Amino acid sequence: MKHALAALLLLFATAVVAAPAPGTLSDPAFEARARALQKELRCMVCQGESIDESNAQLAADLRALIRERIKAGDSDEQIKQFLVSRYGDFILMKPPFDASTYALWLTPFAVLILAAGIAIWVVVRASRAPQGEA
Amino acid sequence: MTGEIGQLALCLALALALLTSGAGFSGARASAAMARGVASASALGMLVFIVTAFSALTYASIVSDFSILNVAQNSSTLKPLIYKITGVWGNHEGSMLLWVLVLSIYTAAIVFARRTHERMTSAALGVQGLLAAAFLVFILLTSNPFVRLDPMPFEGAGLNPLLQDFGLAVHPPILYSGYVGLSASFAFAAAALITKERDWVRAARPFMLAAWIALTLGIALGSWWAYYELGWGGFWFWDPVENASLMPWLIATALLHSTLATERTGAFRSWSLLLAIAGFSLSLIGTFLVRSGVLSSVHSFASDPTRGLYILGLIFGAIGGALALFAWRAPSLEDGAAFAPVSRETTLLLNNVFLAAATATVFIGTLYPLALDAMTGTKISVGPPYFALTFAPITVALLVLVPFGPRLAWKRGDARSTARLLLPAVGIAVVAGVAILAMTAPRSLAGAGAFAVAAWLLAASGIDASKRKLRTASAFASALAHAGLAVTLIGVAGISLWRSEALEVLAPGETMYVGSYALRLDGVEGKTGPNYQAARANITVLRDGTTIATMHPEKRFFPAEGQETVETAIRTTIFTDLYVALGDRRDQTRWVVRAYENPLAPFIWLGALVMAAGGFAALWARLTRPRAVPDAITAPAE
Repeated sequence: MKHALAALLLLFATAVVAAPAPGTLSDPAFEARARALQKELRCMVCQGESIDESNAQLAADLRALIRERIKAGDSDEQIKQFLVSRYGDFILMKPPFDASTYALWLTPFAVLILAAGIAIWVVVRASRAPQGEA
Repeated sequence: MTGEIGQLALCLALALALLTSGAGFSGARASAAMARGVASASALGMLVFIVTAFSALTYASIVSDFSILNVAQNSSTLKPLIYKITGVWGNHEGSMLLWVLVLSIYTAAIVFARRTHERMTSAALGVQGLLAAAFLVFILLTSNPFVRLDPMPFEGAGLNPLLQDFGLAVHPPILYSGYVGLSASFAFAAAALITKERDWVRAARPFMLAAWIALTLGIALGSWWAYYELGWGGFWFWDPVENASLMPWLIATALLHSTLATERTGAFRSWSLLLAIAGFSLSLIGTFLVRSGVLSSVHSFASDPTRGLYILGLIFGAIGGALALFAWRAPSLEDGAAFAPVSRETTLLLNNVFLAAATATVFIGTLYPLALDAMTGTKISVGPPYFALTFAPITVALLVLVPFGPRLAWKRGDARSTARLLLPAVGIAVVAGVAILAMTAPRSLAGAGAFAVAAWLLAASGIDASKRKLRTASAFASALAHAGLAVTLIGVAGISLWRSEALEVLAPGETMYVGSYALRLDGVEGKTGPNYQAARANITVLRDGTTIATMHPEKRFFPAEGQETVETAIRTTIFTDLYVALGDRRDQTRWVVRAYENPLAPFIWLGALVMAAGGFAALWARLTRPRAVPDAITAPAE
């Protein structure tokens, strides 16, 4: 009886093992691609973590999915596109450059150029101003 | 009884805040000397009552008075004493109480520091009183820490174990000292506009420096805490809450630079006023983002829409009021100081151009996803890759320009002699870049560039030191702060470009490799802490076959809270960190182990310390400088 119980426990333990094992790909180049991709994809149920970092089940599933796709011969772009079609742009850590994000991508440089323009104007005006008391 | 004392103290503090505000504003008139006295006295009284309220909550937490809802929800008898104390601000209500405590300390500091500019100081007290009143009303109406709970439970719910750490003892108070410290700059700016005081920077600058030092240290501590506590080996995640603290820091940095010119030559006077307003406005926006639950993260302990609406109203009131005042009065304060295109003023202006663009980048990167979601329902993520392509180039361009500023004269600088002075630094930078490119693997152009820029900054500071140009304390302060930037840059480059990582499932006796280290898992044992159960790994670290250390990362389970945390083990040589975290248990014997070698990582925080030291040097120089004439007359009387 005791043995049976122990065997049952062991079985249960192995079942747990099977689920989220970090199955690495045997080809190091494939593995490196998988790791790089994981860092660019957001874990949707976590707080701002990539699926590379997350302990969540969804992240583990996606890590496995990426590896399957790489083995099946998909390119990084194809894998990302597949995930975007399934989960939306939200999954991309780097937002796409399209009509909804032009403002996001261009604002930093627009502000820089605008501020530089104002600065030039200020400098020109200051250099023409009469020298006051030193 | 404790709860009632706290509640009463808060109400009295609110009354005194309103009195401070009213008396302070009336004291802005030249003839109202009595109002100024009332404002000072009531500001000090406000501090006394807020300290009383804060002490009451701390006492209730220490003695585990679960008849107070806040204590019952956020504490437990099992918690060690240190976390009973620091846990006071580890929740929404308590952290808002800490916020007004810091605000009232700064208000009292304004009272004690006043020597000149009586009218402006009085108006500044008026602004501080108004802010304190607004936050006290917020606390009393929506976030009262003294609400009673009946029946009283036998045990409290405990504190998020992530927060049961030394980091909670120091990170929030210091960060708040920075956030809230910007209120003093804001108050002086508004007061300068009200009283048309042109010479406002002199009174406000010590407060700016204090706030900047605290922000620098607070952000660095938060980053270090995240590094060792979260178990992912990262130091900055571009999390909205981190961004919320970075924005005021960037603006405060810009303000420290622009006010150098304002104080010295009168240049950029209205721009400096605008920056002072913007700095505290971003603190308020940060508070809104963190406290309203618009963003959910470790930091938003609770989300409640009424709180968000109130803070939003407060932001609109404060920012709108200040900007209206600015639009009305600022033009009359500007005097269009003259300077040549090659001058210290121009470099300070460039500093502000880049810092403004960097702040705008963080601002839009943080708020754009929220705005897009609200308007179109489209969800996007703005993660580290976005900031690497926008924030990083802007910041690097600024760093390249840094060495020019302190070496150019005011009004009209000499480009040729400055270039000659900096020529050796260019040589050192090129050598450093080429050396890094040649010696490191993997070869990295970005790494070479980062080291070249860092060497450029350090060499420029070094040249000043060798030429004995650091005779004035403020020159020394700026050289130190700029050297700190270089040190941080080296750390960021090291961890970003040359980190090694490994993730393995190990059984006892098995070995994994990361960087130049071999890690052998000797076993995992159980351990019982004061309020947790832990699995503690024994890992032997080998290098070239010889044992150099043993490390003990832990995984802790807190039964009272029902949560797990990771306690990483970090072995540092200052030049490199070996970082090990224990992951999940796989089966009877095997554990997931995650290890990183983070070259130069400690430099990130070391650099922040050096920057803060630069800030302290500047503050010291300011406070020990011989005082202005008016108080020389009153001083001998004492």
